[in-house]
Amino acid sequence: MDARKITAKERMAIPRQEMSAQDPKLRIGNFREVHLGLTPEQAQMEALRCIQCKDPVCIEGCPVNIKIDQFIKLIAEGNFLGAVRKIKEDNVLPSICGRVCPQEDQCEKVCIIGKKHEPVAIGNLERFVGDYERTSGQRVDPVIAPPTGKKVAVVGSGPAGLSCANDLAQYGHKVVVFEALHELGGVLVYGIPEFRLPKEIVREELDGLRRMGIEFRTDVVVGRTITVDELMEEEGFDAVFIGVGAGLPWFMGIPGENLVGVLAANEFLTRVNLMKAYEFPNSSDTPVFDCKGKNVAVFGGGNTAMDAVRTAKRLGAEHAWIVYRRSEAEMPAREEEIHHAQKEGIEFMLQTIPLEFVGTEKALLNGVTCQKMELGEPDDSGRRRPVPVPGSEFLLPIDMAIISIGNGSNPLIRQTTPDIEISKKETIVVDINTMQTSKANVYAGGDIVTGGATVILAMGAGRTAAAAINEKLAGAVTT
Amino acid sequence: MYSIVSAIFLAENIKKFEIDAPRIARKRKAGQFVIIRIDQNGERIPLTIADSDPEKGTITIIAQGAGKSTRELNRKEAGDTIADVVGPLGTPSHIENFGTAISIGGGVGTAIAYPTAAALKEAGNYVITINGARSRELVILEEEMKAVSDESYITTDDGSYGFHGFVTQKLQELIDSGKKIDFVLAIGPIPMMKAVADVTRPYGIKTVVSLNPIMIDGTGMCGGCRVTVNNEIKFGCIDGPEFDAHQVDFKNLADRNRIYQHEEKQADDAYAHKCNLTGQA
Ligand SMILES: Cc1cc2nc3c(=O)[nH]c(=O)nc-3n(C[C@H](O)[C@H](O)[C@H](O)COP(=O)(O)OP(=O)(O)OC[C@H]3O[C@@H](n4cnc5c(N)ncnc54)[C@H](O)[C@@H]3O)c2cc1C
Ligand SMILES: Cc1cc2nc3c(=O)[nH]c(=O)nc-3n(C[C@H](O)[C@H](O)[C@H](O)COP(=O)(O)OP(=O)(O)OC[C@H]3O[C@@H](n4cnc5c(N)ncnc54)[C@H](O)[C@@H]3O)c2cc1C
Ligand code: SF4
Ligand code: SF4
Ligand code: FES
Repeated sequence: MDARKITAKERMAIPRQEMSAQDPKLRIGNFREVHLGLTPEQAQMEALRCIQCKDPVCIEGCPVNIKIDQFIKLIAEGNFLGAVRKIKEDNVLPSICGRVCPQEDQCEKVCIIGKKHEPVAIGNLERFVGDYERTSGQRVDPVIAPPTGKKVAVVGSGPAGLSCANDLAQYGHKVVVFEALHELGGVLVYGIPEFRLPKEIVREELDGLRRMGIEFRTDVVVGRTITVDELMEEEGFDAVFIGVGAGLPWFMGIPGENLVGVLAANEFLTRVNLMKAYEFPNSSDTPVFDCKGKNVAVFGGGNTAMDAVRTAKRLGAEHAWIVYRRSEAEMPAREEEIHHAQKEGIEFMLQTIPLEFVGTEKALLNGVTCQKMELGEPDDSGRRRPVPVPGSEFLLPIDMAIISIGNGSNPLIRQTTPDIEISKKETIVVDINTMQTSKANVYAGGDIVTGGATVILAMGAGRTAAAAINEKLAGAVTT
Repeated sequence: MYSIVSAIFLAENIKKFEIDAPRIARKRKAGQFVIIRIDQNGERIPLTIADSDPEKGTITIIAQGAGKSTRELNRKEAGDTIADVVGPLGTPSHIENFGTAISIGGGVGTAIAYPTAAALKEAGNYVITINGARSRELVILEEEMKAVSDESYITTDDGSYGFHGFVTQKLQELIDSGKKIDFVLAIGPIPMMKAVADVTRPYGIKTVVSLNPIMIDGTGMCGGCRVTVNNEIKFGCIDGPEFDAHQVDFKNLADRNRIYQHEEKQADDAYAHKCNLTGQA
């Protein structure tokens, strides 16, 4: 179909293009990606659904304001590399954001087409061009300014750190990224499972960053191996960006939480994703709780909970439940993941809270008593608060419980750099226009500032900080 | 990649390594540990930093073959490499001049207690060390311990060397002798640490133990290392590994450390089988 000749009616008649997916029955037996992506024909067809609004509200919906109308137009014209280039002006990791952004709450939520029809599949298109670049062998490497002679340390290699490093390198600064773990990528590698974001993609994006001259040092825990002050005073960094993410998983504080078989989602997911425990004992030495034929309950309703429960199913769980205190509409997880989970046979036990974990004499978990909830009056956040239904207690027999109710913040930096101001919630306090902390030449962004949020918000924060650091280093701003 | 500078067996199954890790060597304090990963498929295992040489840029670790990963480590020789060494992790030991301090090490726990005993000595304490082993061949660091002690004792379960009996019996003897004891550090198997805590509790002697929960990241991210101390959740890798012995729930630690017992045995058996086939065990 020719983009120029298409009539409005024809345009509206094009259905939203669906990506093909692995059959649920098959995919619960493997860790391969669920979605298989759009074909080039589908992508162009989908791009034609965009009416190229004069006032593209979708852009406002995107936390980093990707020029959505423009990149979609380039796709419609078949200029896929041009589209990548356009996206990369605002977002360096399109293959990743296209896969993990909660589009239904952001760009696609406000898309005009969505008022009457399904919104334009902006996320899927972004993913398509990102993948096109990676697989076509024609990399769109960014232009790098001449070296400035300035050195910046980026602490943490999650999305916040990576996007900050990318921009700083483009400005011509020397960038060294310090990462505590043995692998780079933060939550992208240890949290989000392979079946949602293949690690190969993260590795390829990292190769791109390496080609820009960014240096990566793994196995460095800032605050332990070296402090922020030492980075500046002894190693000569002119500025430091802190993107260390969330940490310290929260527990529920109910009886029995220390029984054998009760795990934080981070532990379960780290074992499986980062340490490849699903290959145990063959090509991984890290074990994970044997889920085969077992009953597993995951407590929570966010992306982490959904990832954990679907991982347990793939490891062979007989029953895999989501136990969540509100209803499906209130679940913070991406809509697509909830749908995928339902198709994979995940059982949703909604409006339910756990009261106590129970176990055997040997302290092995074998059940959880739960109580039903109903919706009461709206609370401060405007959501109706769940209240317990008297007499609705029941026992759910389970062998493993995964707690996924969120994280506090990592304490290592604040313990060793007391002059960085922190909030009551122990997150780092910054000026949101520059991401500057209370300490001179130290910036921060991502989950360590916001508490658990999203990949794109972390990336946006990294960019904002990079711009401010650049200005500061250029001497334009004096503080 | 981190190179092994030297590797020698101290006793059967217990090996001492010097590893090139300059940043860690410069930074580490008594009571801290590293997490190592032997190779691409390796698990992340915590090991105490027994000593360091900041000039040479090396750290010393002492590992006991307990399962697959530590056995594999113990087959490494000088010149070999280890994929990852990260640290120093954990909160350093709280060191001050308590007066009279007793350091108790059981088995490979002696290696973990050694740096803290040395630091206690340096801080001016009258240091008494009690090091227990099952039998004479398993006694480690005897000379090193002597060098940092004002009094030092060896105990063996079978009486083949030193005092015949458990470390707790020797400890009780010292207490009964009327010595004023201000501080006790105990590191070793969980039942031993619990027994020491039980001995000192009635006397109100400040007692610290170093716990060995299962760890992965060591940065406070995964929650796997959580222990119950004073009925609260604490993270071994951040808040510890040292805790007030009188407040630790040892049973909970012992239970939780068994979570992967079945899988660990599976890996160890498969590894032993492979070694037998290649004749390199
Ligand atoms: C299981 C899971 C699923 C998720 N799914 C989604 C999703 O679908 N969509 C979405 O938008 N968001 C999702 N999120 C949230 C999203 O991943 C985070 O908001 C985002 O990764 C935050 O980025 P960050 O760069 O701030 O931190 P992180 O990604 O957490 O990276 C921080 C990095 O810093 C390192 N580090 C920590 N301390 C130190 C130190 N002292 N020294 C050196 N390095 C250190 C860490 O090891 C880590 O690599 C999910 C989160 C989880 C846990
Ligand atoms: C802070 C700390 C310091 C330590 N210092 C030393 C030391 O200096 N020398 C020494 O020999 N040992 C030390 N250990 C214990 C050592 O980490 C374990 O023996 C080792 O991880 C066992 O791994 P494996 O595969 O050989 O054995 P496995 O067969 O996997 O396990 C044997 C035992 O080790 C425990 N274990 C297994 N994996 C881990 C893990 N990732 N983290 C912690 N424990 C685990 C298990 O509970 C089991 O009881 C320390 C542990 C901690 C937490
Ligand atoms: S980055 Fe996320 S919000 Fe922005 S356009 Fe892409 S999918 Fe939409
Ligand atoms: S709002 Fe929807 S139709 Fe309009 S430009 Fe954005 S994507 Fe296209
Ligand atoms: S080892 Fe993961 S939180 Fe301590």
